[in-house]
Amino acid sequence: MTTEMTGAEIVVQALKDQGVEVVFGYPGGAVLPIYDEIFKQNEIRHILVRHEQGAAHAAEGYARSTGKPGVVLVTSGPGATNAVTGMTDALMDSIPLVVLTGQVPTFMIGNDAFQEADTVGITRPCTKHNWLVKDTDRLADTIHRAFHVATRGRPGPVLVDIPKDVQFATGTYVPPEAAQTHTYAPRTRGDRAAIEAAVDLLEQAERPILYTGGGVINSGPRASKLLRELAAETGFPLTSTLMGLGAYPASGPAWIGMLGMHGTYEANMAMHGCDAMFCIGARFDDRITGKLDAFSPGSRKVHIDIDPSSINKNIRVEVPIVGDIAEVLEEMLEIWRARGSARRDTAAWWKQIEAWRAVKCLTYKPSKTSIKPQYALERLEALTKGYDRYICTEVGQHQMWAAQFMGFDEPNRWMTSGGLGTMGYGTPASIGVQIAHPGALVINVAGEASWLMNMQEMGTAVQYRLPVKQFILNNERLGMVRQWQQLLHGERYSHSWSEALPDFVKLAEAFGCKGIKCDDPAELDDAIAEMLAYDGPVIFDCLVEKHENCFPMIPSGKAHNEMLLGDASTEGAIEAGGAVLV
Amino acid sequence: MSPMTLKPGSSAQSAYNLRSTLPESHERHTLSVLVDNEPGVLARVIGLFSGRGYNIESLTVAETDHASHLSRITIVTSGTPQVIDQIHAQLERMVPVHAVTDLTVLGAHIERELALVKVASTGEKRVEALRMADLMQARCVDVTLESFVFEIAQTSDQIDAFIELMRPLGLVEVARTGVAAVMRGREPME
Ligand SMILES: Cc1ncc(C[n+]2csc(CCOP(=O)(O)OP(=O)(O)O)c2C)c(N)n1
Ligand SMILES: [Mg+2]
Repeated sequence: MTTEMTGAEIVVQALKDQGVEVVFGYPGGAVLPIYDEIFKQNEIRHILVRHEQGAAHAAEGYARSTGKPGVVLVTSGPGATNAVTGMTDALMDSIPLVVLTGQVPTFMIGNDAFQEADTVGITRPCTKHNWLVKDTDRLADTIHRAFHVATRGRPGPVLVDIPKDVQFATGTYVPPEAAQTHTYAPRTRGDRAAIEAAVDLLEQAERPILYTGGGVINSGPRASKLLRELAAETGFPLTSTLMGLGAYPASGPAWIGMLGMHGTYEANMAMHGCDAMFCIGARFDDRITGKLDAFSPGSRKVHIDIDPSSINKNIRVEVPIVGDIAEVLEEMLEIWRARGSARRDTAAWWKQIEAWRAVKCLTYKPSKTSIKPQYALERLEALTKGYDRYICTEVGQHQMWAAQFMGFDEPNRWMTSGGLGTMGYGTPASIGVQIAHPGALVINVAGEASWLMNMQEMGTAVQYRLPVKQFILNNERLGMVRQWQQLLHGERYSHSWSEALPDFVKLAEAFGCKGIKCDDPAELDDAIAEMLAYDGPVIFDCLVEKHENCFPMIPSGKAHNEMLLGDASTEGAIEAGGAVLV
Repeated sequence: MSPMTLKPGSSAQSAYNLRSTLPESHERHTLSVLVDNEPGVLARVIGLFSGRGYNIESLTVAETDHASHLSRITIVTSGTPQVIDQIHAQLERMVPVHAVTDLTVLGAHIERELALVKVASTGEKRVEALRMADLMQARCVDVTLESFVFEIAQTSDQIDAFIELMRPLGLVEVARTGVAAVMRGREPME
């Protein structure tokens, strides 16, 4: 192999050497040389999306379901700006993405050239790091560093901006081993003294809780395995954030459901009442804590996180441990076992939790005439349980119901936009997941409004024969917005309904996939079975109850023990102070 | 209870000292940040401060090691202890950042700033300005029959004081560099 290559050749070679199998992209003038090289080879598969935002979310879906970085290739200017939402989403949810953008030639930069945008300037706050490469000799090294930075420490999106003349010029290729990656080496081993202090707390806690998050999943399958061991050996109850679902199985004995704004009563009450909290790869986000100064007032807290800036950001903890979850858990278990630590008697605490669980906070009023969204998801869950299944979502009520009513027993099976809350995430994400897992059942649980935001990607699904199932809970409302308006804005439903919706069945046919419509609870099972039996993409229009609210709910500005359990409890529940919060 | 007795700053990995962080107390800290001198690095640091709503009282930057392309950024900032810790951690996790030193936490260090102060006056005031400059160890670096430019390298407080002295004596304008700082003693900062 010659080490002298054109910049475009270097790009493709670097991707191959990084083990990249698939790139999600969209061509344009400033990346044509790279597309030319992609054309000449078969090792790397290129998936042509329909919008660059779709490319970024598809790459996120790919990354979250595989643990490998997702790769995006787009052109300069509008190509890059269209990918910004996806990068911001990946930054908030710590998803490794490598985004390659074309740029106008170096000698035109700064002249407002056609399709010029200050891509590194625009994306500086929404990437973990980015680079503008002005010299072909630096290109290979930079791409390798990009992969290194995206995947090391707290993962995130990175961007490499490549001017067109740099793609044409020749330069020297260096392989990944020769790249200058040593300067970025976040620590992964936790501090021994702190880990021992955490084990002390494991031994002494009377009302403990394991509060886990997406960091467990990002750390890899070993972290999930160790978490399960920790839960089994301590017998502690375990809850998870939206991002962490599946790290511990929903069918496991320690599981008390998701916590947070729409989490279970038992999980939030246990967070409030615990005396020892073990935060493992989560970040005390405002959806989790509710009112900060009323958050878990009686507990001592351990926080394990790979990112030091996550620690003591919102909540002060007594035992901070900076490190990779798997490494820290391993050491924690080692110490716990070496000490022959006696398992605490948590029976009284569990009895309390069972009493909270007996409230049955997810109960809803069933209906024979209309499909309740919760019912639809219960049936979807029941009918897909045995499948090799991956679930994506959009953003809104349906997302929270999916988190509440679907169970995840494995990590990397649940793809949802948590930190940014990006409507339009689910459809492209489902495409990315299906690319990575061709034989699996991939479902996007969607709201009709979110789904319209990136529905063009059905073209991608059809082109690549990706049998993604778009399960739309169609309440003809921006349901989550409507719920807030009902609770916070005197039932003034300002612009929160979906008018002039397309006929989703006809839309499906227009795209060349299958459309199914169902509005009768009695027919729902058959309709879902029909969707599952169809070997191709499906758009399922599930017409659901329009004014259903998502409960439980911790209103903004309230504490965990002030959660609303149902419509009856909502009157006047949110005060003016809470209304300014999001 | 052992978690409570964990020594403040017991290791680099625990990252946070456990000093009290009363939300009311505002502190002024001087941070020294060693960074790769690559394009955009200053924009990145400033973007962090503006994006997260942190204060910048002063910021200076220059390449200090030409051979390895390292620059030192000295930032004077203020905030609650929790915010100061956040700033430290947020800076430290940036890819081009090699090291962050909180000089205020470490203790004895030297802070200096350089100012150029233009004063225009005649007669009594002119004499007085020269006398004050001499007392404050400011150097005259430009002189005309009606004006002086003084150069003063001092702590920010001293420079503030000098400017106040010059105000009634014909102060015209001021240019200041912002703070540069190093630790006392023989050890380097990082
Ligand atoms: C891109 C974007 N714009 C606006 C919002 C604010 N928002 C949050 S949920 C929601 C309504 C979603 O409606 P739909 O997809 O139908 O889901 P539903 O809540 O009805 O289940 C809106 C507008 C958002 N999260 N993302
Ligand atoms: Mg809706």
